[in-house]
Amino acid sequence: MSATGLAWRERTAPYRAVLASRVRSQRSHRASFRTDVASSLLVGLVELAEVAVLYVQVESLGGLDLKAVLLVFAIADLGFSLADLVVGHCDNIPTYLRAGTLDVFYLRPQPLLMQLITSDLQLRRLARAAVALVALVVALVVNDVDWGVGAVGLLALALVCAPLTFAAMFVWAGGVQFFLVDGAEATNAFVYGGRYAASQPATVWGRPLVVLFGFFFPMAFTAFLPVVTLLDLDGAQQLGLPGWIGWTTPLAVVWAWLLAALSWRVGVRHYQGGGG
Amino acid sequence: MRAAGRVYRRLLVAGFRRQSTYRLAALGGLVANTTFGFLKVAILFAAVRAAGGELQGYDLGAVAAYVWISQGMLGSVNLNGRSDLADRIKDGDVAVDLMRPVDVQGAFVATEVGRSLFAFLPRGLPTFTIGAVVVGVPLPDDPLVYPLGVLSILLAVTVSATTVYLLATTGFWLVETRGLQLLYMIVSGFLAGLYLPIWFFPDWLVVVASATPFPAMLMYPTDVLSGRVDLAGGVVHVLVQLAWLAATVAAGQGLTRAGRRRLEVQGG
Repeated sequence: MSATGLAWRERTAPYRAVLASRVRSQRSHRASFRTDVASSLLVGLVELAEVAVLYVQVESLGGLDLKAVLLVFAIADLGFSLADLVVGHCDNIPTYLRAGTLDVFYLRPQPLLMQLITSDLQLRRLARAAVALVALVVALVVNDVDWGVGAVGLLALALVCAPLTFAAMFVWAGGVQFFLVDGAEATNAFVYGGRYAASQPATVWGRPLVVLFGFFFPMAFTAFLPVVTLLDLDGAQQLGLPGWIGWTTPLAVVWAWLLAALSWRVGVRHYQGGGG
Repeated sequence: MRAAGRVYRRLLVAGFRRQSTYRLAALGGLVANTTFGFLKVAILFAAVRAAGGELQGYDLGAVAAYVWISQGMLGSVNLNGRSDLADRIKDGDVAVDLMRPVDVQGAFVATEVGRSLFAFLPRGLPTFTIGAVVVGVPLPDDPLVYPLGVLSILLAVTVSATTVYLLATTGFWLVETRGLQLLYMIVSGFLAGLYLPIWFFPDWLVVVASATPFPAMLMYPTDVLSGRVDLAGGVVHVLVQLAWLAATVAAGQGLTRAGRRRLEVQGG
């Protein structure tokens, strides 16, 4: 093994040990784990139903039909559930702040965010990703995709960028929670509201929503814009954007992570300790 | 009888005042409810327009009323199933509650309804007002709809409290009710008509939803006030809510009595 490989292994050893212990602990309570997996599965199905029921009522909404929105939902929900799996427990920061247990994280010689990520990896969240994955496969079969290098590349890009964008949202919210504490529900509007927005056609939004969930929090870039480019629909044109806009999702990732990094840095430095 | 009434009234006021200390939380809830409201309005307006101006009895005005009334009620109805009581049953503190000369169910419901009523001030009314100002919500034509609508909203928050009480009392048997609470959280919002009016569902799902108390917590009051149903239809909705209230109260009394005999407090 090369020297850099060895150094990498040494540096990640504590994280791998913690993660392995999380996985073991969840596998040891089998009945409770099964219940958790079943509920996560149900969450995915209910969220799919919320979208599908509306599109069964009307033929097309904002330039998407049921088949197209299935693809939007699949990419968005797969991205969100993977981000939720890895960084979703940033939502617990207010609990840690109130209980004063966050101080422990500050004492350890590891980055705070990395510790938070590895502190509570919930495998059950994979069940929700599985629903999205099945939806993705079905959507790719029923939609009329012009398969080629371009289509595969665009899809791959979207599937990589969506989880990264949602992860940035969780981290952004985590940073803001150092200030809000009790008011943490406000960030739900943008994190969970963002998930809701990401599975909608951005074409139905008024201007303020386009600014908020189209660009500032780039939710339209996670799934809707890549899908309209992939399926050659006129969604981007309706928003006054070029047809190739679906390829610009990495820019959305960069922007979202700039927001996240700024919010996280300011938040972590603002923290004064729990008085312990 | 009068003394008992005073106790519950005091508990109701206590619940109201306890909630009033969480001001920042209320503001956070207001931001979340309003943002979600605008997203719901956008997609549902588009759906009604795509259907040619009317969808399952909803025109644009009825949709706006549905969205903003339901978003406004969200802080007052408990659709996540969490309660202090569930924790108290799990760790055995409920033994103290059972020894008090006050009915456990009555005390819980009074406190919860007090909390819910307070939530209308910093969350419910501002959410509705913001929505009404920005999007526009048509007022009901018939003045009788107002008292009926208020009654329906009060019944909704009460049925929500009595149903969450049922959920908590399953802890006498299960001890750990988190799995059930998760299930409640996932299903209740969907079947209460939080994301979409339940009338958009396929017929079989409407039947499933109507067989649960969840539409009584959100869907029926919005129907009464949005004008989707006429006055007679509104009265029927309120009667159904009353039936759910009676059923959940009776079931709660039964479960409390049976659970009292089951309860085993660890550690003496």
